[in-house]
Amino acid sequence: MRVHAQRAGALLGGLMFPAWSMADWTLNMTPGVTGTSNEIFSLHMTILWICVVIGVVVFGVMFWSIFAHRKSQGAKPANFHENTLVEILWTIIPFVILVVMAIPATATLVDMYDTSESEVDIKITGYQWKWQYEYINEDFGYFSNLATPRDQIENRQAKGENYLLEVDNHLVIPVGKKIRFLVTANDVIHSWWVPDFGVKKDAIPGFINETWTRVDKPGIYRGQCTELCGKDHGFMPVVVEAVPEEEYNTWVAEKKEAAERERQLTQKDWTMAELMERGEKAYQTACAACHQADGSGAPPAFPALKGSPIATQDMAAHIDIVVNGKSGTAMQAFGNQLSEVDLAAVITYERNAWGNNTGEMVTPKEIFDYKNQQ
Amino acid sequence: MSNQQANKAGASRSTNRVVGWCLAGVVGMFAFGFAMVPLYDVFCEITGINGKTGGRYESTEVAEADMSRTVKVQFLASNGPGMTWKFRPVVRSVEVHPGEPTTVNFYAENPTAEPMVGQAVPSLAPSEGTLYFHKTECFCFNQQPLEAGESTEMPLIFIVDKDLPAHITKLTLSYTLYDQGKQPAVTQTSRKDTTTNDNG
Amino acid sequence: MAVTGVFMSAVADTHAQDHHHGPAKGISRWLLTTNHKDIGTMYLIFSFAMFLLGGSMAMVIRAELFQPGLQIVQPEFFNQMTTMHGLIMVFGAVMPAFVGLANWMLPLMIGAPDMALPRMNNWSFWLLPCAFLILVSTLFMEGGGPNFGWTFYAPLSTTYGPPSTTFFIFAVHIMGISSIMGAINVIATILNLRAPGMTLMKMPLFVWTWLITAFLLIAVMPVLAGVVTMMLMDINFGTSFFDASGGGDPVLFQHVFWFFGHPEVYIMILPAFGAVSHIIPAFSRKPLFGYASMVYAVGAIALLSFVVWAHHMFTVGIPIVGQLFFMYATMLIAVPTGVKVFNWVATMFRGSLTFEAPMLFAVAFVILFTIGGFSGLMLAIAPADFQYHDTYFVVAHFHYVLVPGAIFGIFASAYFWLPKWTGHMYDETLAKTHFWLSFVGMNLAFFPMHFLGLAGMPRRIPDYALQFADFNMVSSVGAFMFGATQLLFLFIVVKCIRGGKEAAAKPWDGAEGLEWTVPSPAPYHTFSTPPEVK
Repeated sequence: MRVHAQRAGALLGGLMFPAWSMADWTLNMTPGVTGTSNEIFSLHMTILWICVVIGVVVFGVMFWSIFAHRKSQGAKPANFHENTLVEILWTIIPFVILVVMAIPATATLVDMYDTSESEVDIKITGYQWKWQYEYINEDFGYFSNLATPRDQIENRQAKGENYLLEVDNHLVIPVGKKIRFLVTANDVIHSWWVPDFGVKKDAIPGFINETWTRVDKPGIYRGQCTELCGKDHGFMPVVVEAVPEEEYNTWVAEKKEAAERERQLTQKDWTMAELMERGEKAYQTACAACHQADGSGAPPAFPALKGSPIATQDMAAHIDIVVNGKSGTAMQAFGNQLSEVDLAAVITYERNAWGNNTGEMVTPKEIFDYKNQQ
Repeated sequence: MSNQQANKAGASRSTNRVVGWCLAGVVGMFAFGFAMVPLYDVFCEITGINGKTGGRYESTEVAEADMSRTVKVQFLASNGPGMTWKFRPVVRSVEVHPGEPTTVNFYAENPTAEPMVGQAVPSLAPSEGTLYFHKTECFCFNQQPLEAGESTEMPLIFIVDKDLPAHITKLTLSYTLYDQGKQPAVTQTSRKDTTTNDNG
Repeated sequence: MAVTGVFMSAVADTHAQDHHHGPAKGISRWLLTTNHKDIGTMYLIFSFAMFLLGGSMAMVIRAELFQPGLQIVQPEFFNQMTTMHGLIMVFGAVMPAFVGLANWMLPLMIGAPDMALPRMNNWSFWLLPCAFLILVSTLFMEGGGPNFGWTFYAPLSTTYGPPSTTFFIFAVHIMGISSIMGAINVIATILNLRAPGMTLMKMPLFVWTWLITAFLLIAVMPVLAGVVTMMLMDINFGTSFFDASGGGDPVLFQHVFWFFGHPEVYIMILPAFGAVSHIIPAFSRKPLFGYASMVYAVGAIALLSFVVWAHHMFTVGIPIVGQLFFMYATMLIAVPTGVKVFNWVATMFRGSLTFEAPMLFAVAFVILFTIGGFSGLMLAIAPADFQYHDTYFVVAHFHYVLVPGAIFGIFASAYFWLPKWTGHMYDETLAKTHFWLSFVGMNLAFFPMHFLGLAGMPRRIPDYALQFADFNMVSSVGAFMFGATQLLFLFIVVKCIRGGKEAAAKPWDGAEGLEWTVPSPAPYHTFSTPPEVK
């Protein structure tokens, strides 16, 4: 009984005071960390309470009837079957209630459509099945892939705390500044959502959508893709890290340096062992979702790479399909998504893993030349 | 005819009438479904709702620039799926005065070993600004053929209308470049060639 | 063939001027029948079979979602299950069930001998098994069946769809033709074949709601046909309706689809409104409160349904003026819907109530559909919808209006009219058991989905983060319970067909209407001479 009482209390408490709800039995939306999310939360609670009151009244009358007007208790049926005044009243009163609801709703929507000056502009592109973030004014960008290991998804390993809500590269933004997001997609419609920000916008291929946020509190905020986009729609989370301004500036400077270092890495001489190590990581992130960690794929949509002609025979064809993709299939052109180093590493890995053992390797320099002189 | 037979004949005549009207409704609604396509385009052109900036702008008057304010116009470039060209704006953004024609360029390069044809599709944010963004010259009006290894700088000449609402201070113009195959198409893509946005 | 045997022996051919000698025998009877009762029966059997099929797919979905991790199916197949579950339930279970009820009951309620176009009626039915054979066979084609959600947005369904998509489109066309022909038949029947004296404002509510539903079908099924044709052209004939690279727009797809889609959901509920408007007065032994208001309310709902479609698209990037318009229009629908709920409650109030199975389902309908209406009102609030859209909150909403809405409405109707169809009373104890198990199962399955959506769980995902695990498990248990209980319903119906307490012409003492003046089971031909209506 105590457990039931506890649960009932949590239910009521959770609805009224969100912070009380037990972690796994969360009942309600949270207010979030932006002005927008807090406005939406208040609106949500207002409408919810109005609905609860109306429900209690209407169901109350009905339950009373069920109790008091039963034939088995001797109730005799009355004869009334219309009353124009009552009909008018219960048309007008709900209409007035709706108008009352519409006012704060309109105000919140106007606030959300604010196009005033922003301080940071970030282009977000949805891909099957990852996000690309490009800092428009800083000239760098990167992909953000699901980081949860397939072993956890396939129940071979215990699931981590942020199962399915963790990525390799967070989107980093400064706290307290207006961030403008330009949202689009590369292939199908995706949708970018961070519940704590109250921000959701569809990513439509060929079109650009605009939304914005201003985060008040530093922290890591997690969201997901919210438009069915194919098989891994549930596996492309959004993770945003909001940091104080100086930290953000430092991070931006580091990212720009790292991009420069990656360009230099292209020039260095790589050994087979280095390529294989790098390649395995890149493969797990960018390829394993479709071609599987063991290279067996899921034919016919996702061919096997283990023992396949592509990975064991003509090198040029292998490079071509990784860099340029194959139109009419799900194989994307990774030439624009992975660095030359990762491309070289992943192709080298595919040609030598799972018993493919060609002994062949391809260097980042060769990939760079290939992309420029095809 | 007996009364009942006459009634039945009458009923079947009016049944035929009802069926006729219903079928007309069905055909009409099917046609309406297809009519929604050009209707949507017209609606979007008039309201600018979907961010498509329309065809070549021919102004009927020479407008003076509004020197009292500037608007930042940002440029984004994306490749469509499978498109391998290098494609980027030469400058990331410009500050313009409403009413003043501005020229910017976009760099495109075909790094492959085959000739290819690209088509750029524009999109503007915020969509409210679409009606106030006029392109007098744009590489997106035509398909762009490039030989193997060839690169080019493609011009965009635009004017931000003086009547752009005061609360819009930043416009983002995004182009997505699509692969149209090896040969330029015989006909243009389905787009009206010119628009005159008479937003006085 | 116990079912046909029972129907044949139940036929009482008493009209001298008819030259029929009872129904034909064997399989040709069913293939060639133009009798509205036979066709109604076939629609109902077909719809229940589809309900079980679509339900099995739901069981696969809930089994995979029972725990985090991928245990049972791969994501590609999971997407096919969610898509087919939606398509089969909408087009194979709910719509044909209502057409079946219409076929059986409309002629009886208006005193007509049959539907206006009996041969077209036969075609309307037989198109459906053909369409669904094609649709279900796509699951076995190379690349699998449709996997883009029952809403099949472009370009996921066009450029990125599996090879079977063309067959999916073909099946949708056939279903659409069937629905359109059925709607034409309903309109012609109601407008032309009413017994003399039955003016429009004397028609029973079920007839009114079906008349209005039929107009909705005529208006929007052709638009669905248009949008899938555009898809077909984009996929196979190089057009670019929905492809930005050719000057098209994926959002156009959504506008055209939802122009069909929103009236479609009213198509799926209005007949239930009508049926419940018969059942509640019958078991309250009191006339329906506010007949005229009820009729106007249905008309208002139908009209409004045409101007609210973009509330399914609040996150697509519509400018604020558009968002506000669609928000206000959507909120407005709550007014006539509320009027209907108040009228049902007022019908019960100070009645003399008994709670046989039809009434249990009808009362549950009013309460639970209203809860679905509340979540719908919340979804209508555009700024809040940014947090609800494409989450389990939406899934909770539409399952509340469709399961205890449409489906309970269908169960209520079935129990209400089974005595008329079969001549036997169904087993009341088993029926009440079916009700209570369905009620508990359904609420366990779908109420937690409100919480999941508010906590941030998106739709159409085969696997989820750990904080969603507990409610998902509860939901799956409820779903399994609900699913298993429907087998009990099958048993109850078969048992009732085969025997049971003999049913009077009017087994429910509070029921009113012409349908209760003919014997139970209803003779093969009824109202060959139209009755007088005062």
